Amino acid sequence: MKVYMDNGATTRVTEPVYAAMQPYFCEIFGNPSSVHGFGREARKAVEAARAQVAKAIGAEPREIYFTGCGTESDNWALRGAAYANAKKGRHIITTNIEHHAVLHTCRQLEKEGFEVTYLPVDSYGLVTPEQLEAAMRPDTVLVSVMYANNEVGTIEPIPELAAVAKRHGALFHTDAVQAVGHVEIDVKAQNIDMLSLSGHKFHAPKGIGALYVRHGVRLQRLMEGGAQERGQRPGTENLAGIVGLGKAIELATGDIPARAAKMAAIRDHMIERIMNEIPHVQLNGHPTRRMCGNVNVSFYFIESESVLLHLDLRGVAASSGSACTSGSLDPSHVLLAIGVSHEHANGSIRLSLSDENTMEEADYVVDCLVETVAKLRAMSPLYEDFLKGVETVGTDD
Amino acid sequence: MEYTEQVMDHFMNPRNMGDMEDASGVGTVGNAKCGDIMRIYIKVENDVITDVKFKTFGCGAAIATSSKATEIVKGMTLEQAEQVTNKMVMEALGGLPPVKVHCSVLAEEALHAAIQDYRAKLEKGEAPEAEEEEVRYV
Repeated sequence: MKVYMDNGATTRVTEPVYAAMQPYFCEIFGNPSSVHGFGREARKAVEAARAQVAKAIGAEPREIYFTGCGTESDNWALRGAAYANAKKGRHIITTNIEHHAVLHTCRQLEKEGFEVTYLPVDSYGLVTPEQLEAAMRPDTVLVSVMYANNEVGTIEPIPELAAVAKRHGALFHTDAVQAVGHVEIDVKAQNIDMLSLSGHKFHAPKGIGALYVRHGVRLQRLMEGGAQERGQRPGTENLAGIVGLGKAIELATGDIPARAAKMAAIRDHMIERIMNEIPHVQLNGHPTRRMCGNVNVSFYFIESESVLLHLDLRGVAASSGSACTSGSLDPSHVLLAIGVSHEHANGSIRLSLSDENTMEEADYVVDCLVETVAKLRAMSPLYEDFLKGVETVGTDD
Repeated sequence: MEYTEQVMDHFMNPRNMGDMEDASGVGTVGNAKCGDIMRIYIKVENDVITDVKFKTFGCGAAIATSSKATEIVKGMTLEQAEQVTNKMVMEALGGLPPVKVHCSVLAEEALHAAIQDYRAKLEKGEAPEAEEEEVRYV
C-alpha cells in the first residue's frame, strides 16, 4: 500500500486542476501583456483566475498579486511594508513559530535597522491578542502572524490579532500558506491587510503563489521590470500556473466545513489510536484549535528519521521537523518554542492529510507506526535504560 | 538525501543488535539532545573480541554505522579493533551523505569507549574474562 501523508510539504495536482491547465501550454500560450488575440486570450485567463483567488478569500480581484511561491509572498509583504513605512516607524511584531520565509526575512530586516519583536507562544503554539496588545508600540508599523502553523497545525486567533493591529494603526499580514482551503478566510471581515498563499499546498502546481494586499496599502516592490501585476511584480506571468491556482483554490474553498470535518475525523482517529496503542508518546500542538489534516507526535526514546525510513519502506510518506533530515543538529524551532525538549523534538513526526486520504490509509499508517516504534525501541539504549530505571550517561558531542 | 544500499541493508537488518548481560566492556557515547546515542558491548576472551552487541538511538546512518562497526570488529584482537576508524566503517557502507559523517565518528568512539572500559576494568582487577563460557563446551 502506498500512502501519501506529507501534504503539508506539498500536494498532488488533482485531475480537474491539471485539465484546466492543459490548454495553457500548447494551445493558449500568448503573453498576457501582448495586444494581439493570443495575448488577449491569455490575459482573460489570468484575470479569471485572479477573480477566483479573490472570491476564495473575500477580496477584490485588484487586491490579488500573483507571485512565484509562498516564500516570495512573505518576503514581499514584510519587506515591502517595512520599506514603505520606514519613515512612520521601524518596529515589526511577529511570533517565534513562523515559517523561515517570515523569520529569516525578519532577521534580515533587523540587519537593515528595523526592530523586530518575536512573541513567544504557549505550549500549544498559541499567541494571544493580549500579548500582541502589550507588545504594540507607537512605532509599530507591521504585525505578521501565521494563520496556521505548518509543523504542529495550531490555528492562531487571526481575527482577534488583526483587530489589535488595526486599533493601533499597524498593518496586519498573515502567512496563510497552510490554512487556505482548510480554514474559512474572509480578509475583509477578519481585518487582514496582507495574506500570503501558495498553490501547491492545495492541489495547484508548484511555482505559483499569491499575495493579497488590501486596496490602499502601499508596498515597495522588490523587483524592477515590466508593468505586470499593476506594476508591482514584474515578470511574464506563469500563465498555466495561474490558471491552475485559480481552479485549485475554487475547488479547495468550495465546501470547507464538509471537507474539514471529514479530514478532522481521520486526524482524530489517528491521534486516538496512536495515543492508545503506543506508550510514551505525546501530541504536539493544540488538541482542538488544530489544522484538520495535522498530526504531530513525539515518540520517546527513538529518533524521527529512523521512523520515516521505516515508514517509507512500507510505502508511507511522512515528515519530521527534526535535526537529522535538515542536516542541522538543531531540532525544529517550533517544537522548542512550544516547550518540547530537544530529546522529544528529535523523536517527532508529522503526518499531514489531504482531502484525498482515507480512513483505511489512516489505519494502515498507524499499524506501520506501532510496528516501527516497537522495532526502534528494541534497539534504543535510551529505552533500555528507561526500563531499567537508570539514567543514560553518554558524552557531549 | 540518499543512503547507499549497504546503509539501508544494515538499517533494516541490523547485525549484532541487542544487549549483553556479562559484557567485558561497554561504551556509550553521544547524547539524546543531539539525537544520537550509541552503546557497544564487547565480550573479550584472550584479547579477542568474541562477541559484540550494539544499541543505538539515532537516525538511519547512526543505526547502520553501529551495526557495521560491530560486524567489522567481531573476531578481531583488541589491538586490531583499536585501529578501526570511522573512515573504515563509512567505506564499508559505500559512503555516507556529508551531514551523516558524524554518525560514523560516534560508532568509532563507542567501540573505542567499550575497549577502554574493558581495559580499565582489567587494571582494577575486575575484568570479567569470560572463562566460564568455555566450561559450557566441556
